[in-house]
Amino acid sequence: MNVSAVLSLGQTALELGLISSLTVLALFLSYSMLNVCDLSTDGCFTLGAAVGAVVAIAGHPYLAILAAMLAGMLSGCITALLQTKMGIDSLLAGIIVNTGLYSINIAVMGNSSLLNMNKTETVFTRAKELLAGTALAEQYRMLVALLAVALVVVFLSLFLRTRLGLAIRATGNNPDMVRSSSINPAFTTIVGLCISNAFTGLSGCLLAQSQKSVNIDIGTGMVTIALASLLIGNAFLGRGKIPVRAVGAVLGAFLFRLVYTIALRFHMPAFMLKLVSSVIVIIAIAGPYLKSRMPLLKRRLRHERGRGEPEC
Amino acid sequence: MLTISHISKTFNPGTVNAKKALDDLSLTVRDGEFVTIIGANGAGKSTLFNAISGSFITDSGSILLDDLDVTLLPEYKRARQIGRLFQDPLRGSAPGMSIEENLALAAGRGGWLGHISRADREDFRDRLRPLGMGLEDRMQQPVGLLSGGQRQALTLMMATVNPPKLLLLDEHTAALDPASAEKVLAITRRIVEEEGLTCLMVTHNMQSALDLGSRTIMMDRGRIIFDVAGEQRAGLTITDLLEQFKRAAGKALDNDRMLLGVE
Repeated sequence: MNVSAVLSLGQTALELGLISSLTVLALFLSYSMLNVCDLSTDGCFTLGAAVGAVVAIAGHPYLAILAAMLAGMLSGCITALLQTKMGIDSLLAGIIVNTGLYSINIAVMGNSSLLNMNKTETVFTRAKELLAGTALAEQYRMLVALLAVALVVVFLSLFLRTRLGLAIRATGNNPDMVRSSSINPAFTTIVGLCISNAFTGLSGCLLAQSQKSVNIDIGTGMVTIALASLLIGNAFLGRGKIPVRAVGAVLGAFLFRLVYTIALRFHMPAFMLKLVSSVIVIIAIAGPYLKSRMPLLKRRLRHERGRGEPEC
Repeated sequence: MLTISHISKTFNPGTVNAKKALDDLSLTVRDGEFVTIIGANGAGKSTLFNAISGSFITDSGSILLDDLDVTLLPEYKRARQIGRLFQDPLRGSAPGMSIEENLALAAGRGGWLGHISRADREDFRDRLRPLGMGLEDRMQQPVGLLSGGQRQALTLMMATVNPPKLLLLDEHTAALDPASAEKVLAITRRIVEEEGLTCLMVTHNMQSALDLGSRTIMMDRGRIIFDVAGEQRAGLTITDLLEQFKRAAGKALDNDRMLLGVE
């Protein structure tokens, strides 16, 4: 492989990594901060893509982004209401919303499971026009994604330092303590999930606009892919202050895409992506658990072996 | 002033496990009063605290804090006026967040989008300094790194950073080692005195029940069976208390931990 091929591989990974890192940042808020595993992520991602595509096709590429985020926010709000006000388990609430969103997404896309945006103006085509003739003309896709990610990282870093942000972090850490600070944990959960799903919607919208099409499966498996990325990022930059950890989440998304892109180069079939992401999540979560069980396992082995002969 | 009138609470009503945890209990605590509460295992001491702080809503009766009727108010709304410490020192603070962030959340200054200001930081440090635990130099460290005693002292600061109308201490030194317990108790005494807080404290230590505060009540089977203050209390010994209990409850006091503390 020559240098330019390697560079182009890196660039593809970077673009896709940046766009999907918005979903990773959403999970950073809901999973790492709020301690809610939001299983509506897949549907919400598709919702963002569908809503964004429909509005962009109608001729409003910028409004599409806002609309996708609002749609995500609404979906997050419903997931949160189900788990905080209606006694539905948080995992189940996510699954229910995810299932419901499938129908809604097809309805949004006008009874179709595929939308084509080949001739549609998107934020990316706008950026391309804007950058035409400059040195960065080829990088328009990455720049748009980078801008979105930077804005979200800065927002999260600032937001999680506010009183509301602290309350959201404490909700995942010790809800009792939130209550004794006269804050309703139901409220913080609702706000947290609204914001995180707005980012998921944004992520879906940008992916759809960058690849100029949406199909109903665009979000399938997104929650596992994003979780894998988040956990990879955690391994590198999991400690320290919020901005560092948020950057870690983005780094994780990039690394995940990089490994995946390289694997594709080595003739791994594209359909393996989801299996790979599942395995990564399993290793990242089960690994530390199994490691903590090791001493007991060794102890047991020693005990079994020592039986019959006196221990010395 | 706390006015509790005829509250009752039965857990698992209508089943074989039905348990009357609070039985037509009434209690009035004046402003600035420090009441110690003792009683056998399962007498309803913690249940009383749960009722006051709103962990559950009582079946009947009413609870007033000054003029505010809190009977049906959810827990988080009552928390504005009521500070509470539990036996478990891990319950009152968020381990993954820094000392400063924990205090900021408890202080609740500024609006929802307010940040921790430099003045807040200084104020938090000034409050932690008298604890003599060096916490003021570790403001950025996660609370999870602190010892049980340090965490309980911090929780106490968090509960009193905005002086509450009522402070509930539920055996808050019972899970600490003796030295830490001593220290946390001394801090408690100082803060309650300085702020003139109205305070209820459950303890299993009969001696501190008599030494601390200005009034002692004894509970059994969800009722208050003995209530003593002033001069009458000043002359009491542990033996008197045990005698009183036997007379009022018709049985010997069977709080295991309490008896261990008697010798």
